[in-house]
Amino acid sequence: MSDTHAQTVAQVRDTMLPPAPPPRRETGAIHWLRENLFSGWLNIVLTILAIWLVWTVLSGFVPWAWRGIWGAGSLTECRQIRDQLYPAGTSVACWSVISERWQQLIFGFYPPGGYWRPPVALAVFLVAVLPILFTDLPRRLLWLTVAAPFLIFFLLWGGTIWGPLTMALGVVLGGVVWLTGRRTGSPLVTLVATILVPLLFWMFLAKPLAAELAQLAPWGLPRVASKDFGGFTLSVVIGLSAICLSLPLGVLLALGRRSDMFFISKIAIAYIELIRGVPLIVWLFTAQLLLNYFLPRGTNFDLMLRVIIMATLFAAAYIAEVVRGGLAALPKGQYEAADALGLDYWQAMRLIVLPQALKISIPGIVNTFIGLFKDTTLVAFIGMYDPIGLATAIRASTDWQGIYWEIYVFIALVFFIFCFAMSRYSIWLERRLERSHR
Amino acid sequence: MSIAENSPPRGFRPGQLLYDSRYRSVTIQAIALALLAALLIYLIRNLVDNLHALGKDINFGFLDNRAGYDINQALIPYSNDMSHGRAALVGMLNTLLVASLGCVAATIFGVLAGVLRLSKNWLVSRIMTVYVEGFRNVPLVLWIILIYALLTEATPQPRDFAGDNPTASMLFGVIAITNRGTYIPAPIWGEGGRLLVLVFVLSLIAIWVWRRVARRRQAATGRTLPVVWVSLAILILPTLITFLALGRPLTFDVPEAARFNFRGGVTVLNSFMALWLALSLYTGAFIAEIVRAGILAISKGQTEAAYALGLRPRRTMSLVILPQAMRVIIPPLISQYLNLTKNSSLAIAVGYMDVRATLGGITINQTGRELEGMLLLAGFYLVVSLVISAAMNLYNRRIAIKER
Repeated sequence: MSDTHAQTVAQVRDTMLPPAPPPRRETGAIHWLRENLFSGWLNIVLTILAIWLVWTVLSGFVPWAWRGIWGAGSLTECRQIRDQLYPAGTSVACWSVISERWQQLIFGFYPPGGYWRPPVALAVFLVAVLPILFTDLPRRLLWLTVAAPFLIFFLLWGGTIWGPLTMALGVVLGGVVWLTGRRTGSPLVTLVATILVPLLFWMFLAKPLAAELAQLAPWGLPRVASKDFGGFTLSVVIGLSAICLSLPLGVLLALGRRSDMFFISKIAIAYIELIRGVPLIVWLFTAQLLLNYFLPRGTNFDLMLRVIIMATLFAAAYIAEVVRGGLAALPKGQYEAADALGLDYWQAMRLIVLPQALKISIPGIVNTFIGLFKDTTLVAFIGMYDPIGLATAIRASTDWQGIYWEIYVFIALVFFIFCFAMSRYSIWLERRLERSHR
Repeated sequence: MSIAENSPPRGFRPGQLLYDSRYRSVTIQAIALALLAALLIYLIRNLVDNLHALGKDINFGFLDNRAGYDINQALIPYSNDMSHGRAALVGMLNTLLVASLGCVAATIFGVLAGVLRLSKNWLVSRIMTVYVEGFRNVPLVLWIILIYALLTEATPQPRDFAGDNPTASMLFGVIAITNRGTYIPAPIWGEGGRLLVLVFVLSLIAIWVWRRVARRRQAATGRTLPVVWVSLAILILPTLITFLALGRPLTFDVPEAARFNFRGGVTVLNSFMALWLALSLYTGAFIAEIVRAGILAISKGQTEAAYALGLRPRRTMSLVILPQAMRVIIPPLISQYLNLTKNSSLAIAVGYMDVRATLGGITINQTGRELEGMLLLAGFYLVVSLVISAAMNLYNRRIAIKER
C-alpha cells in the first residue's frame, strides 16, 4: 500500500502526530474568565457591577472588622485605644462588647455556676434524637429518648430530682397499664385507663410524693427561675421544645384535615387557618395579655411556659401543613393497599402511611424549625431576654451606650451559622431520601 | 362495601356505635364536638368570671373615643382629636401600604436574584447565593434593625445637602436619602388630573382586552398577533397625548435642600424605609429560591422538544418554559406574599405605626381593652390572609392539571 502511495503522493506520514495542547484561549484561567465572566456585553456589565459591589461592601466592612478592638472594658475605653492606634476618623469595630458579654449573650442571667447545665442538656437532647434520625442505631437507645425530657427539664430548671422523677413515674405507670391491659382487657378500657391513670397520678399524687421524697433525700441542683433564662439558651430552649411538642400535634392535625369525618376535618381546617392567618407576634401578645382571661381566676404561670405553649400551638399548624403535603404526595395506591390488607385506620397510618409521609416531609419540618428558631427573636418584644432583648439591654448599660453594629453582627452571625447548618442538613437529607425512592 | 352486605341489617345495638365502622365515625365526631364544646364553655366561663372580677365588660365603644395620640404617617387625614377607630384605620392602611409595596419590591428582587443565580456568570451567581443564604438564615427582626441602623447612622444629614458646596448629593437629582428620612418628589395634580388617571386606567383595561383577543385569535387560527409592542403603545400613547392635550396637569414638587431640612416633596420615614427594604429583601430571598426551583423544575426535554419543533430560544422561554414554570412558581409565591403581610407586624422593631402599633399597641394601652383590641387585630390579619389565600385557591383551581 505505502509503496503505491510512495509513487503518487509526495509524502506519506505513517506515525501519529503527538497530540497538541489545546489553544491557549481555550484552557486555563483565561478561558475560564472568558467563558464565565466576559462572554458577552451583558455579562461584562454584570461582572463589572458585581466587582464594584463586592469591593464597596468588603472595603467598608473588612478593615472595620479586622482592626476591631478586643479586650476593652467599655466603649469609651475602646475609643481611647482606637485614637492611640489609628489616625483620627478611622472607623473601627469594638468587638470588646462581645468578649466581655458573650457569656450573657449565650446564657442570659443563668447563674454562672450552672453554665455547664444548658450545654449538657443540649447534648442529652442530641443523643436522644439520634435513634430517631438514624434508624440503624440500636433500638435500646430509644429508652434514653423517653427519659430525656425529664432529664433535660431537671438539668435546665434544677430543683430536687424528685419532681421530674415522679413525673416520669406517671409515664411508667401509663406504660404498665397499657401493657397489662393489652394482654387481658378490652382495647377501649385499656386506652381510657392508660390516659386516666397517669393523669390522676400527676394531679393528685405526684406533688405530695415528690415533696415527701425531697424531705427524705434532698438531692438536686440549684433551682433556676424561668426569668433568668436568656440569650441563645432561651432561643434554643423555646425553639426545640416548641418543635418537639408541636410534631405530634401537627401530625394529628394533618390527619384530621384529611379525614373523611366532616366535623373533624372542619375543626382541623379552622384551627390551622386561624393560627396561620395571624402573625406570631400577635399570638405572643395574646399569650402575654390575654391568656390569663381564659384560665381560672388566680392562675398565673410564668411567661416562658406561656410562650412555649403559644409557639407550640403556632408551629403545630405549620407542621400540619407540611405533613399534609407529605400525605398528599403519597401515591393513592399505598392507602388502597393498606385498606386491602384489612388494616384499620390507625394501623394503616402507623404502619404504612405515616412512615412514608413523614419521611417525605422531614425537609419541610426542618425548614419549619429554622423558621421557628428565627422567630424566637420575637419574644424580645414581650419583654424576654433573648439575644435581641439582651442587645437592647446591653446598649442601654452605661459601659456600652452607643454601640450598635458589633453586637447585632455577632447575633446575626450566630443565627446564620445555626440556620445555615440546618438548611444544609435538610438539603442533604432531601437528596438522600430522593435517591432511596428511586 | 362487602362488610355492609354481610352484616345483619336488622336492629341497632348501642355496641355498634363503637365497633361498627358504619357508626363509629358518628361516635368519634360526637365525642370530638363534645370535647370542643366543653373546652369552649370552660374558656368562656373563665373569661366571664375574670371580666366580672375586674369589673370589665366586652364593649367596642372605645373605638369612638378620642384617640389623643399622633401617628407620624397617615394616608388619610388624621389628627389626635379623632377616634380610636380612625387611628386603627390609619394603622391598617399603613400595614397594607408597606405590605403591598413590599410585595412588589420582593417580586422584583426575587425574580432578579432567582434568574441571576442561574446565570452562567460565576461571580454574579455566587453573589446571589450569598444574598439568598444570608437573608434566609438570619431572623427578619435583625435585618430590620440593621437596615434601620444603616439608614439612621450611615446616611448624610439633611444639612449636608445644603449650602454652596454640599457634601452629599441627591439620587438622580430628585431623591435625598438622609438620616431623618428619605425625601422624594411629591405629585401635584392640576386641572384635569382625574381625566388623566381615567385614561391611564382605561388603557390598562385595553391592554388586557387586546391580550385576550390575541390569545383567542391564536387559539382559533394559529396566527399570532403582536402583543408586546401594541401593549406598550396602548400603555404610553393615550396617556401621553392626554397629558400634553390637557396642558400637563401633573407636575412634581421636588424636595429642595434648605439650611436644616428639606423643603417640599414627600418625607418617607426611615422606619418605613427600613421595614420596607428589609421585608422585601428578606422575602425576595425566599422568592428567588422559588423562581429558581420553578425554572429548574421544567425538565430539559421540554426545551429540547421546543428546539426540535423549530422554536427560537425566546419563544421557547415565553411559550414553553415560563407557562409551565409559572404553575410551579405562583402558589408558593402567593404564600410568600402572605408571609410578608404577616411579617409587616415586625414594624414594632423600628416603631413604624402599623395596625399593631395603633390598634394593638397604643389604643390597648390607653383604653385597657386588651380583649377587644386583640380580637380586632387578629380579625384584621385573618381577613387579609383569607382573602389572599382565597385568591390563591382560585388561581390553583384554574391552572391545576386535571387528573383522575
